[in-house]
Amino acid sequence: MDEKDLRSIIEQVLAEMNVSSAKPAEKAAGGAAAPQVEDGCLPDITEIDIREQYLVSNPENGEAYAELKFNAPCRLGIGKAGARYKTLPQLEFRAAHSAAQDAVFNDVDEAFVEKMGLFTVQTQCDSKDTYLTRPDLGRKLSPEAVETIKSKCKKNPTVQIYVADGLSSASVAANVGDLLPAILQGLESYKIDVGTPFFVKYGRVGVMDEISELTGATVTCTLIGERPGLITAESMSAYIAYKATVGMPEARRTVVSNIHRAGTIPAEAGAHIAEIIKIMLDKKASGTDLKL
Amino acid sequence: MHEVILSVGIDIGTSTTQLIFSRLTIENRASSYTVPRIEIVEKEVIYRSKIYFTPLRSATEIDAEAVKRIVREEYQAAGMTPEMLRTGAVIITGETARKENANEVLAALSDLAGDFVVATAGPDLESVLSARGAGTDSLSHQKRIAIANLDIGGGTTNIALYEKGVLRGTCCLDIGGRLIKVENGRISYLYPKIKALAEAGGISISVGDRAYPEQLYGVCRLMAAQLAQALHLTAADGLHGGLYTNDGHPLPDRPAIQAVTYSGGVADCIYQEMEGDVFRFGDIGVLLGKAIRSDPALSAVERFQSAETIRATVVGAGTHTTEVSGSTIHYEPGTLPLKNIPILKVSEEDEASLETLKASILQQMPLYMPEGKVEQFALAFTGKKRTSFADIQALAAAVIESMKEVISSRYPLVVVVENDIGKVLGNALNVLLKREKDVICIDGIRTLNGDYIDIGEPIAGGQVLPVVIKTLIFNS
Repeated sequence: MDEKDLRSIIEQVLAEMNVSSAKPAEKAAGGAAAPQVEDGCLPDITEIDIREQYLVSNPENGEAYAELKFNAPCRLGIGKAGARYKTLPQLEFRAAHSAAQDAVFNDVDEAFVEKMGLFTVQTQCDSKDTYLTRPDLGRKLSPEAVETIKSKCKKNPTVQIYVADGLSSASVAANVGDLLPAILQGLESYKIDVGTPFFVKYGRVGVMDEISELTGATVTCTLIGERPGLITAESMSAYIAYKATVGMPEARRTVVSNIHRAGTIPAEAGAHIAEIIKIMLDKKASGTDLKL
Repeated sequence: MHEVILSVGIDIGTSTTQLIFSRLTIENRASSYTVPRIEIVEKEVIYRSKIYFTPLRSATEIDAEAVKRIVREEYQAAGMTPEMLRTGAVIITGETARKENANEVLAALSDLAGDFVVATAGPDLESVLSARGAGTDSLSHQKRIAIANLDIGGGTTNIALYEKGVLRGTCCLDIGGRLIKVENGRISYLYPKIKALAEAGGISISVGDRAYPEQLYGVCRLMAAQLAQALHLTAADGLHGGLYTNDGHPLPDRPAIQAVTYSGGVADCIYQEMEGDVFRFGDIGVLLGKAIRSDPALSAVERFQSAETIRATVVGAGTHTTEVSGSTIHYEPGTLPLKNIPILKVSEEDEASLETLKASILQQMPLYMPEGKVEQFALAFTGKKRTSFADIQALAAAVIESMKEVISSRYPLVVVVENDIGKVLGNALNVLLKREKDVICIDGIRTLNGDYIDIGEPIAGGQVLPVVIKTLIFNS
């Protein structure tokens, strides 16, 4: 059967279906041109401030709800489609969840660590999987790390500061650039001597105890990425301890959390942390022993 | 963290002088694991003085000795000493502020009453204080509507308009309960503007005339109608513009007023009908209250009970003037308190670039250098959008460059910002100045050009400073 026969059969069938023969030709032409390339771009749904988002249709008093909602970034007043989320909030939720996963599973960019003037050491975890499944190994330095710290770090500084990825690499990238210099400047204004800062890959909070013992620092401060949530994946905490030792109670650590651009802004948090360190040195205590 | 500080408010007004003590409770509202957020969480009036007629020695002079005696006796009755008080405000309001020795009286009171704020309140500040004392700001916040408070005293009516807790405007009119005084059944005093208002309404009265309640009620109805015009509830007539105190400005016509509250001495005569002799206070207060209560335009909007009536201004002064700075700030111990510091404000447009910021400071500087020598002032801006460490360093350098005069003077460098960058900016200034200059850098405080600021001694373990902003100019 050649093409001509085929065409005639199709035309016949189409005629029987009461469709004119001109239309499929047009449709075929239109179909071929369908995947048009537009210059525009889709709006970035992660740019939406959920405090300002109110999507309930026909509300009794939408204005009052929206004003109330503006006080906290919560996923309320976002309407529904039948029993489900509307498309936009559903996509926002998934975007937030993806950002959280990325924050955990991605590594901190090496170029960023270098730009901050930090060198990198690693805990006994050899991969992200080990890190996530073996918290104990994330609290111990690898033998190479011990050697590097011994050779590169200033001995017995008043304050030892280091950065760790913790559970959010995104947090390190977002905050350390403002947080670390603000702490250093604050300590400088108090004339407090600071050791050599560095970066710990696959680091958990507890590794600060070994670092404290290794460097002989009076106060040790770790800037660590917090476990991400659905509001932000960029939150950072500072854990600070006076004369930390391996095996000491967790209650000996002072923590400043919620450091990110929508929480306590990193530069101001840095100035605050410097003052906490100063108080710690004055009172020779940290954690629950220290009343701030 | 829980700390209680005591505050005093003293109001020397046109007709009355009053005093209150209040207790301000300060708490850290943040969790232990975050940067502190210290706020005033409760305000409670714990002592109210008797209400005195403001003692005058003559028509142009306050009887300073008598005022001091009142204050001394009330402190004793309340069991208070000046040392117990951490903050507060003495204000001299209305007609009294124009007396010849007003400033002298304030200075004398400052020594007697404690180490805190002393101010003569312009009509705008008085409107704000009385509305806050009356609770109008919080009522409008709770009810999510626009409410005006009318503080009707002896000589003036101070109006402040709040919408959802936010101040939208103020104005002040020469309408009050003691603008016509009555003694022994005759008119003993008549304010010229009121005489003109009465005449325009076809009522002819003069000092010495017999006081007829019906006739004077007619005058009061004309006064009430003017208040309705001031609230834009009815159209303004030809006389209205002349009734604003010191040719002041009217209220903005938006937002539309949905409800009113009343405070001041006349308020009690509005909220309840007064039995007996209408002239028993020697003035037209009772009649004016009745006229306002019956005015159809004023009755067309809802009338809420105010939290305070005759004491609204003094409660506003004593409990609502103090705020606390942000909880992460920079200051040098020993440099505080600072009182009555004028504010040099850089506008938001000028703040946009560091070049315009510097230019704005340099351009305004001469105003703060009477006789060519710099005096203590505070530099203020919002600090919005400058949050990165690098931005703050550049900002600090720009401030230092344009504030050379202050830096080489004996005064501390005082910077007041709105955005939460006080501590890091203070550190940057301190380090850039090689720690050789006293730097006070506080945040969380909103200011306007022309404001004055008082910064008290540290509270809450040194984490915050009590601050009083004296807004002398508003929307004019």
